[in-house]
Amino acid sequence: MGFPFKPHPRETTVLSKHFGEAEARSLDGWKARGGYQALEQALGMDPVAIQAVVKDSGLRGRGGAGFPTGLKWSFMKLGDGKPHYLCCNADESEPGTFKDREIMRWTPHALIEGCAIAAHAIGAETAYIYIRGEFTEPLDVMERAVDEARKAGVIGKNAMGSGKRVDVWVHKGAGAYICGEETAMMNSLEGKRGNPRIKPPFPAAAGLFGMPTTINNVETLAAVPPILVNGGEWYKKMSRPDNPKSTGTKLWSVCGNVQRPGNYEVVMGFPFKEFLYDLCGGPPKGRKFKAVIPGGSSVPIINMEEADAALMDYEGMVAAGTMLGSAGCIVMDDAQSIPRQVARLARFYAHESCAQCTQCREGTAWTTKILERMVAGDGTAEDFDTLMDLCEQMTGKTICVLSDSCAAPVVSGIQKFRGEFEALITRKTVHTVPAIVA
Amino acid sequence: MADTPLVNLTIEGRPVSVPAGTSILEAAKTVGVLIPHYCYHPGLPVAGVCRMCLVDVEKAPKLAPACATSVAEGQVVHVHAEKAREARKGVLEMLLINHPLDCPICDQSGECELQDYTYKEGRADSRYREPKRFNPVEDFGGDVMYVPNRCILCTRCVRFMEDVAHDAVLNVSERGDRAYIGKADGKDLTHPWAGNVVDLCPVGALLSKDFLNKARSWELDRTASVCTGCSQGCNMIVETRDNAVVRLRPRPNSDVNAFFLCDHGRLNYRWLNRGDRLEAPSLRGAAEPRATDWDVALAGAAAVLKGKRVHVLASPNLSNEALFFLARIAKASGGKAAFRVEQGPEAPLEGVEDLALRADRAANGRGAELLGLERSDTPLAGVAAGDAVIVADCELTPDDVKHVSKAGAVVLVSTFMPTGLPRVDVSLPICNYVEEEGTFTNLRGRVQRFLQARAAPGMARPSWYVLADLCNALGDRFDVLTAGQAFAALASSQSAFAGLSHDTIGLRGAPVNGATAGATS
Repeated sequence: MGFPFKPHPRETTVLSKHFGEAEARSLDGWKARGGYQALEQALGMDPVAIQAVVKDSGLRGRGGAGFPTGLKWSFMKLGDGKPHYLCCNADESEPGTFKDREIMRWTPHALIEGCAIAAHAIGAETAYIYIRGEFTEPLDVMERAVDEARKAGVIGKNAMGSGKRVDVWVHKGAGAYICGEETAMMNSLEGKRGNPRIKPPFPAAAGLFGMPTTINNVETLAAVPPILVNGGEWYKKMSRPDNPKSTGTKLWSVCGNVQRPGNYEVVMGFPFKEFLYDLCGGPPKGRKFKAVIPGGSSVPIINMEEADAALMDYEGMVAAGTMLGSAGCIVMDDAQSIPRQVARLARFYAHESCAQCTQCREGTAWTTKILERMVAGDGTAEDFDTLMDLCEQMTGKTICVLSDSCAAPVVSGIQKFRGEFEALITRKTVHTVPAIVA
Repeated sequence: MADTPLVNLTIEGRPVSVPAGTSILEAAKTVGVLIPHYCYHPGLPVAGVCRMCLVDVEKAPKLAPACATSVAEGQVVHVHAEKAREARKGVLEMLLINHPLDCPICDQSGECELQDYTYKEGRADSRYREPKRFNPVEDFGGDVMYVPNRCILCTRCVRFMEDVAHDAVLNVSERGDRAYIGKADGKDLTHPWAGNVVDLCPVGALLSKDFLNKARSWELDRTASVCTGCSQGCNMIVETRDNAVVRLRPRPNSDVNAFFLCDHGRLNYRWLNRGDRLEAPSLRGAAEPRATDWDVALAGAAAVLKGKRVHVLASPNLSNEALFFLARIAKASGGKAAFRVEQGPEAPLEGVEDLALRADRAANGRGAELLGLERSDTPLAGVAAGDAVIVADCELTPDDVKHVSKAGAVVLVSTFMPTGLPRVDVSLPICNYVEEEGTFTNLRGRVQRFLQARAAPGMARPSWYVLADLCNALGDRFDVLTAGQAFAALASSQSAFAGLSHDTIGLRGAPVNGATAGATS
């Protein structure tokens, strides 16, 4: 767990090892901690060999979808004569998620190194780090680190004297959640409105500026240098051997009603119950946990029965009826009103919809209006059917998954905590405070 | 596309073979299946945002947007599957939640795709109980008005301005359900082709200020025609209400104008309804001109023309058929037939090859040239004392008036009385181009037909009919009772038009011999 706290003994610190160490931010400090060895090694390797190591490690995308990283890289046709691009998705806007922010704040060079290795592995000479507009401090840290690395020749025309060109550029977003969607990010990087694009063509065929492009999450890229130094086998061995599909460590951002919120790095397959009670310290005094959204606001809510039995990896979360997502864990205790929380989340999606697809533009706003009316005590029994039908319309029918993400917590919230919604309709529960401050 | 391999698939149970790369939506059109859609338009880049064209493709995990999904071998597409119908119903309901139900006062009513599909596939009621979004009406400049409450954000207008007109004046502003079509700061929709956004708009959000509240769409009669605004020859539809032309709209023709019509062309119709028309043939005897019947007038015209050198000043907006007879009369008498073309600035539509508002602001200059008329700034310069002049449907310059004054006889074949015409011996009233049938030849040599859209005033007759009769009266025999026969007479004596007929020209036009196939191919 990051600064100012010491890591919990049950954490496995790979990415978060140097969180809180100010010197690790500088090039020298990073080198003193073994930094840039991996890059030096990578630049001497064949791109396909790097892909093989990453494939072997079982590393999967940490941004939410969990796509195998090595496989993604192998989609880039090497030597096709086109410029390739690497985009690092640092537009961490998923409510409840704040792991990439810490990586960039404390170990900017880990990300630069990861970017440079990945760029080399996919035949790209240019990498863009697209940082969320609100991330002023990480932006500042990253820009300084990139400048430093460029001046020292670690990246640039002749990266580490290898004769290979690897440029890394930092680009600041303007405050749109949707720009974290990979195709919207590419539009934004091109100077266009950040609207998601229709797939196909997939980015590996025609991405940024119409060229083959790979988009990776910050945490994914930051995990690449240690994998390259220690080998894929080492990474695989850290996590539970009974699930080879989820390997290595994962940073979990925990917020909400726990004693110790923050970032925790644990191995894949860690028991969720122990994580919540042991590492995070359990619920605040006198309260009980009620529900968890384990993977950022876009995944279904689960109740404590489901959470207590869950394992913290891609498959474990699916088995629990939710998803690992970006591992932004939002914990709610018994003092929270689920309808109110769900309405708040829906409002976020309604605000952030890019307005392209009808179901998303109108559906997220309509859903929000119904939920807010329910919370205000003016709901009717028909609203359940309307909401469920709306969510059905918003799922799987649009260009990107923003509206699906809006529907997930609403549907799961109603399914698992219907009583709370009914209590509002029958006015057994009455919220006296305005439900949501706009 | 000839060497593109064909892909075989099944759409609604019908076998389809289309070139690889075709969208399901376009493939469906080839077998007569209309997949409902809003944002898709064949003249614009695909956006895939309205989600109305979702269809069920067998073995696909999700519904596929037909506009953005390419056909694949062996695909089986169900447009009206339960899943797809439910999805469309959902889209329609969502499009309507913030849409005012003001069809009774909306100009688009009757030609509104939202209205059509809602009647066809939508819910009978709305489950929406919340307040509707409201935005005030905005003047977009040019001829365009924006009613944001009716907007379904299909972005056709945005894509037209950006990708076709190359003048990105419009954009989508704001996000979520607050989004609306915004206009770039300090800019207006003054692009010469901007009026097309009104036609492109599938709902009543973008309206023509000119057409505003003028007519209900179901009261209009529609006729295929060709624009006379310039020599491009854009295909268009003349819309009339109670015999008055109230609107001109583009008629798609991939060889000439794609889907578009410029503002100059589309607003160039008021003169077609003018009230001060020549309505009866008249003859000047010893005294003032007096209305008479056609036989007397034609005989009178032949009488004053006979034995004189006949000079013709013709409008380049007359049909090929009319110009043919005029040229013949002039030639037979040893005189000259000439025309003058008004000029204006050229305004290309960047995104479509070889499409522009041309400098030549007349429909048939090319046809006139092919038929032997001479383009001239001083068309009547050769008139000598004692010669005869036929003024055919055009205004005169002071210079023309000077030359006409020298003439021994003046015959007017016209829709109106030109100002300053010093004398008229015989006046023969003719139809304007929306009152008769005929053909024009555009600047690339494409012969295109226009049909009759309204009844002519008074005793006015089609120009080709009047001029054929005049030829007959002068002893040049023609047996012409229809425009088609007039064209046949033309084609049999003019090599450029040989082999063409009204039937072969059809409504898409055909190139004259020796011309390229069309303006854009």
